Amino acid sequence: MSGLVADAKDLFTRNLRTSGIYVAFVALIVLFTILTGGTLLAPRNVTNLVLQNAHILIMVLGMLMVIVAGHIDLSVGSVLAFASAVSAFLVIKQGMPWWVGIIAAIVVGVLVGAWHGFWVAFVGIPAFIVTLAGMLLFRGLTAVVLSNTSLSPFPAEYKVVANDYANGLFGTITIGQGEGLKAVPETLDIFTMLIGVVAIVGFVVMQMRSRRTRVSYNQHVEAMPLFVLKIVAVAAVVLAFSFALAYDRGFPYVLIVLAVLILAYQLITNRTVFGRRVYAVGGNLAAAQLSGVNVKKTNFWLFVHMGMLTGIAAAVFSARSNNSSPGMGEMFELDVIAACFIGGASTTGGVGRVTGAIVGGLVMAVMSNGMSLMGVGQSWQNIIKGLVLLVAVAFDIYNKRRAGATR
Amino acid sequence: MADAILEMREITKNFPGVKVLKGVNLRVERGEIHAICGENGAGKSTLMKVLSGVYPHGSYGGDIVFEGETQTFNRITDSEEAGIVIIHQELALIPYLSVAENIFLGNERTERGLVDWHRTNAEAAKYLQRVGLDENPTTPVGQLGVGKQQLIEIAKALTKDVKLLILDEPTAALNDNDSEHLLGLLRQLREEGITSIIISHKLGEIEAVSNSTTIIRDGETIETIDMSASDATQDRIIRGMVGRSLDNRFPPHTSDIGDEIFRIDNWTVSHPTQPGRIVVDDASISVRAGEIVGIAGLMGAGRTEFMMSVFGRSYGRDARGTVTLRGREIDTRSVDSAIAAGVAYVSEDRKHYGLNLISDIRTNISSAALDKLSNWASFVNENEEIKISEDYRQRMNIKTPSVLQTVGNLSGGNQQKVVLSKWLYSDPDVLILDEPTRGIDVGAKYEIYEIIGQLAAAGKAIIMISSELPELLGTCDRIYTLAYGRITGEVPIEAADQETLMNLMTIENTKEAVA
Repeated sequence: MSGLVADAKDLFTRNLRTSGIYVAFVALIVLFTILTGGTLLAPRNVTNLVLQNAHILIMVLGMLMVIVAGHIDLSVGSVLAFASAVSAFLVIKQGMPWWVGIIAAIVVGVLVGAWHGFWVAFVGIPAFIVTLAGMLLFRGLTAVVLSNTSLSPFPAEYKVVANDYANGLFGTITIGQGEGLKAVPETLDIFTMLIGVVAIVGFVVMQMRSRRTRVSYNQHVEAMPLFVLKIVAVAAVVLAFSFALAYDRGFPYVLIVLAVLILAYQLITNRTVFGRRVYAVGGNLAAAQLSGVNVKKTNFWLFVHMGMLTGIAAAVFSARSNNSSPGMGEMFELDVIAACFIGGASTTGGVGRVTGAIVGGLVMAVMSNGMSLMGVGQSWQNIIKGLVLLVAVAFDIYNKRRAGATR
Repeated sequence: MADAILEMREITKNFPGVKVLKGVNLRVERGEIHAICGENGAGKSTLMKVLSGVYPHGSYGGDIVFEGETQTFNRITDSEEAGIVIIHQELALIPYLSVAENIFLGNERTERGLVDWHRTNAEAAKYLQRVGLDENPTTPVGQLGVGKQQLIEIAKALTKDVKLLILDEPTAALNDNDSEHLLGLLRQLREEGITSIIISHKLGEIEAVSNSTTIIRDGETIETIDMSASDATQDRIIRGMVGRSLDNRFPPHTSDIGDEIFRIDNWTVSHPTQPGRIVVDDASISVRAGEIVGIAGLMGAGRTEFMMSVFGRSYGRDARGTVTLRGREIDTRSVDSAIAAGVAYVSEDRKHYGLNLISDIRTNISSAALDKLSNWASFVNENEEIKISEDYRQRMNIKTPSVLQTVGNLSGGNQQKVVLSKWLYSDPDVLILDEPTRGIDVGAKYEIYEIIGQLAAAGKAIIMISSELPELLGTCDRIYTLAYGRITGEVPIEAADQETLMNLMTIENTKEAVA
């Protein structure tokens, strides 16, 4: 039993930097649920939370890698606008099919990423400057492509990505008759619930397998009760989440996109050679170089990844807002960067996890959403978000100093 | 005897686990040039840091008496106020500022809170004249050579009413003409009544310029020699610097030497930012399988520069020469290709060049050979990675419970074992070790020597750079000496002792290299 206690302690103290964010996230949800009288966790609101923030969360994946490698990308808002503008121009002005528009947004993102990567990696200009220039450059190009006006609306097929739901595939179950005069029957979408269950089963199988391999390699694994507790907790959250979705409008397509990307980048950062090199470059550039890491190549591909993700986010965001305008995406870079730092990425590079950054993004989302529900004005929302960012980074620096002291 | 301007009595200084100074006595007479000699790591720099207040009063033992008063310096500005100025080997000038701005940096000539540029430039010109430098005070310092920059440092010291000027290896980076000028200036300052302390490895220089010489070895004063005495010879200084016997600090190893497998021929490389300055000059060395070859040289001789430029052109520019492994010329133009060819380089500064300190042991060990752990889709097999690093943890005796431990939390010795593991996992034929035991306690040193011995026994060719001659004598089969970028000698271990090596290491720009 002492092993259990030690493991639990280990979970919270050794990984305080990473686990702190999860604790804060749960606390924040509890706080806003109370403050909003439960509206925060209402099924409709949960679905909206996902839809409203998907584009930010997609860009967070790339930004996390950029920050881990010790760079920054200030241009994502402008690049998103530019990719959206090209996409809108082709589909709305030129009348091309919807899928050309979506592919175009992604291709534009990749090309812009390669452009940034070229200047950072091969010319050696700090990413701060390159992307600051990109911020102006692509904002300007957006206005040129759009001839300084808004383009709308997108064809219906285009909007599916961000506004439609994969539901009704297996019908629904009725769980209540509703209340009031215009009573609508309360239903649960079976497909959505099924996806939730599949996700849980997948998670359990993966955890078990990983545990078994670790044991076969004679490695330390957490005590069984803690392991079960972890699985039960995750399963409960996923189940509650899919219940909320199933109860409301079903499973949004954009969530599929988001889930696939999160999984992919979780694998890329943790399990591939490229991911390892990103961490090595950010942790100690000179040591990485002397270990045979091609730093230029790593930096270049890093920005290509960032660009591609921005392109995908552009398609999602244009589909959702159903237009493309010269001013769209302004200040997005700040939300994206803040999410990474709140999620535990280090300002000096080398540290940061995809899961942390995504939760960081959700923290920002829940704060905005919760405060809006409470009727807090935009100015106060900005003030509070600014303070939270400051505290998160202060916490990071405090942690580092403490680690340095014990060295 | 004349009166002493400075007396340092029984100075002791400890770092965690190491006694660096064990009671140093230094007496400097007013108006003399006093030289301090000692091997690398003897404690010279630490002594100067104690004197200048880098280590504040109270953090060391003993007394500093300057100008007849016991001093309690707490920071550098305290000692500068008293009239003691140190000029470090690495010059502290700002390249983008003008000569005059640098001279008065932190000591600006002002008029009602604003800088008075006329006075600044006019006074700077006067000081430049005093040090014999014919340059415009408005020239940016970065446009001047190292020799001239050194003179500007001295001019800067003069503006602070310096009474005692300390120069740490002032001529290490200078050519003959500039050195000559600098030494002339020191003599001139002596006539003006300024006392100087000069730390130098160049014994010829010391003989030429100093009035007396204090020898420090292992944190203790050996003797102070009056240089006007007839028995004050370079040999006596060398004997004082190295005079200690080898005890059993080294594991015994029997060498089983095979055929020559690695050689570097006619290697020349220039300084990265000063194109004309050749750092390594036509150096050639060879290593046989199972052989440990040492490279001895004083600080600034170009040892690290030599090896780093061979390993993926990681230092300098315009590198020329050939590298041959098992009779075939190999490409070492990038670190990548050098590793692929079978060369590994363990750098002298593990914290800056060897390790990702914020990462764990396992990722550090795998970082130079990640391809061996990844599949076709470049996915890393983490379990295999942990298993392999676990193997190394046990084999190398890295003292930590888990390979998931952050490397920054390990002691120096254990960190070094992680670096060694990393390079062993890349499975090299040739292992270059640059100061493999720097900053490591005695016990861990012994273990590192054992590992090196085992690697040689396994048929690897090993090149070992070290500042500690006893270490080279205790582990190597053959030793090259390097001085001012040239190979000045090649000594088989049977014929090697510290005096021989030190003589070869201090040969100055002559062609009479001994083979």
